[in-house]
Amino acid sequence: MLGTGLIKGLAVTAKNLVGSYHDPARYTTLEYPEVKPKLPEAYRNFPFLVTENATDPMGTLRCVACQICEKECPPQCIYIEKSKDKKPDAAGKPQIYPAVFAIDTSVCMSCQICVEVCPFDAIKMDQEYEIATTDRFGALLLNREQLAKPNSYYHQIHPTEAVEVDARLAEERRAAEEKAKAAAAAKSAPKSAAPAPKPPAAPSAEAPKPPPAA
Amino acid sequence: MSVSDLTPLSAPGGSTVRAVHDEFHGDLLEVSMGPHHPSTHGVFRMIVTLDGETIVKLKPVFGYLHRNHEKLGENTTYLASMPYTDRLDYLNSMTNNWAYAVAVEKLAGLAVPERAEYVRVILAELTRLLNHSCLAGFLMQDCGCSGTPLMYAFREREKILDLFESLSGSRMMCNYQRFGGCRVDPSADWLAGAQRLTDGYGAFLDEFEALLTGNEILMARTQGVGRLSSALAISAGVTGPALRATGVAHDLRKVDGYGVYPRFDFRVPLGDHGDTYDRYMIRILEMRESLKILSQALAGLPGGPIMDPKAKLRGFRPKAGEAYGRIEGPKGEIGFYLISDGSANPYRYRVRPPSFINLTILEDMCLGRTVADAVIILGSVDIVLGEVDR
Amino acid sequence: MDTVEQLRDRLLARFPGAGITVVANPSPAAQHSLLLTAATARDLALFLRDEPGLQFDQCSNVTGVDWPDKEIVDTTKVTLPDPAGGPPKVVEQKSKRVEPGCLEVVYHLYSIALRHGPVILRLRTANRTDSVTLPSLTPVWRSCEFQEREVFDLFGVVFAGHPDLRRILMWDGYQDHPMRRDYVEPDSYEWEPTPHGEVLAKARQHYPAPAAAPEAPKP
Repeated sequence: MLGTGLIKGLAVTAKNLVGSYHDPARYTTLEYPEVKPKLPEAYRNFPFLVTENATDPMGTLRCVACQICEKECPPQCIYIEKSKDKKPDAAGKPQIYPAVFAIDTSVCMSCQICVEVCPFDAIKMDQEYEIATTDRFGALLLNREQLAKPNSYYHQIHPTEAVEVDARLAEERRAAEEKAKAAAAAKSAPKSAAPAPKPPAAPSAEAPKPPPAA
Repeated sequence: MSVSDLTPLSAPGGSTVRAVHDEFHGDLLEVSMGPHHPSTHGVFRMIVTLDGETIVKLKPVFGYLHRNHEKLGENTTYLASMPYTDRLDYLNSMTNNWAYAVAVEKLAGLAVPERAEYVRVILAELTRLLNHSCLAGFLMQDCGCSGTPLMYAFREREKILDLFESLSGSRMMCNYQRFGGCRVDPSADWLAGAQRLTDGYGAFLDEFEALLTGNEILMARTQGVGRLSSALAISAGVTGPALRATGVAHDLRKVDGYGVYPRFDFRVPLGDHGDTYDRYMIRILEMRESLKILSQALAGLPGGPIMDPKAKLRGFRPKAGEAYGRIEGPKGEIGFYLISDGSANPYRYRVRPPSFINLTILEDMCLGRTVADAVIILGSVDIVLGEVDR
Repeated sequence: MDTVEQLRDRLLARFPGAGITVVANPSPAAQHSLLLTAATARDLALFLRDEPGLQFDQCSNVTGVDWPDKEIVDTTKVTLPDPAGGPPKVVEQKSKRVEPGCLEVVYHLYSIALRHGPVILRLRTANRTDSVTLPSLTPVWRSCEFQEREVFDLFGVVFAGHPDLRRILMWDGYQDHPMRRDYVEPDSYEWEPTPHGEVLAKARQHYPAPAAAPEAPKP
């Protein structure tokens, strides 16, 4: 009969209208500024730099200014200048650090490729999303002071991932220390009849992961 | 057609309507629909020539969103093009990622672990669900049914986007596939969520169909409108639901059998009139088939690694050569053609955009119809301007 | 389906002297292609479309590739007799030659009826400047219409026999072809706060006033 389709459709809209008052499956919106959504752990927004120590953020940046993220960044929004000198990192090893590390968040497209390619777990994705500003130019270009956030913050926003990263870094540091100890022991060992094999040339503590091919 | 005697009709400052004279038709009216017209799904423009109310000529105008995506692809590394593919057809970033990954895997000869293939199928079918739901909503919007079906579709789409967000970190710009696998392994929680969604989506489709499929106004507005013959559709390179609505059994999931699709039991719905209603109906039926694939894929998901351990993230340089990889995206055949010269950037990076090529026959479908029909026909072709203009 | 060599032989049997070359693809994809000559391309395309057993009814993808002129340095060893009467010397002589580039159009054909493919056709122009005309395959496959317009727009290949050859993505009146390898982007610049050196240098050219120097991020 002509009109049954219409009446059926009206029944559906009526069901949804009434349902939106009591059924959470039919009323799915949030009243945003008052009620905030619970973000999934994987949610990503813009990158930040991990520092080991919140009290000395610039002294304990994990970043060693290797510039891999700068090269791989698709929209080229990262800018790094290497330092001329070396500073001790969290493990006490002298390292180059970024004298300038800037991210233009008006260009950044939150793709996470910098995080994936970083061999030092130094750059991670933030979850801060209320970042609107009235200053289109200056306020969206973040320098390293604005980018640096402590590891504890990383644990807060990505707990599972951060625990994995910490475990991996601790393991790498331990392995590097053992290797360094073994190398030192081999050096100081008395020169026996057979010439001792040369200790590994590269101090592996400097590069926790093998350097990239590119 | 010789266009002469141009008389701007509207006030100074640019006209969207002008009178043209044609020796054969007599006095005609040329209407510029778009680029800022709500029915054009973005910044698309059609120059429609009308004889009374009847369309006698329709020329699409592209390029308002052109950013030379292909040139960007040639100037960045293979990996860095992956997030750009999200932005082609921004409703379906997962399938764009997959198509690009397929092309690069062909080029470099990478194998994909079985678990990753299953996850890709799950994500592609979820993408198909969200694209087709949204399309049905948009089509109703174009018919003048303002809001209601679209909002119901968006409500369900948001559930799928929540799944994408909790897996990849972003609702729409997922950037999830990698060459030789996927970026992160879905957790058991995530898979349970996908299962819940799959179980509940059928009920939504039933409700959606009760609202729309039997609706007399929809039938009157769409049946017999924008007919497309199968011969023209094949010749014009139309792919996806628009081709299957003309009755051509061509679904790359069956034809190429890429990934692990041959393992799943599903059917390819076909239309027989090739009109707008068929194009709507095909998509509803395809969603039901997608649900079948989803439950089979979720049930059969094997363990194991999600990435090929040999795949390199940094310093990826495939050997010289070329490859064309294609998959069945929700809008049709999305393909990537890559030429490598052995360096870190592709020498040539080409996207085969289904929405762009499906627009080839827009004029043929609209001739003899009215402007109001042209809006619906365009809506049923299913375009996203991010992909059309690239 | 036939291999690409078998297909070439089949085409040559039907069109002797058509000048078909197999272009090998060394990648693992192994999608080899057929290089056709402009004179016979449309006849061959019609044959590929209509011949029972081939029936390539869908031209899926049409695209252009730019191969710029290459300067090649040849090194040849020449034996020169020593005028002083000593043993002849072997001297390396270097000669430069320019290998002319071309614009290439690539067609990916599939058969929906017989479910096989792809067959990849390539057409090359004589050079990149004045002789850039190729036959249009739009009369054979309608799907070439917009894609050939795109190749015309972005690469500058002129398709003879195309029903409506206009720019499609760039605007009418635009001069250059942006997908060519030697395309130089126009010198337009919008000030933006960036620490990138080369962008800043460009900014200074456009904004010589002190306002041009955006604040460098503090170290």
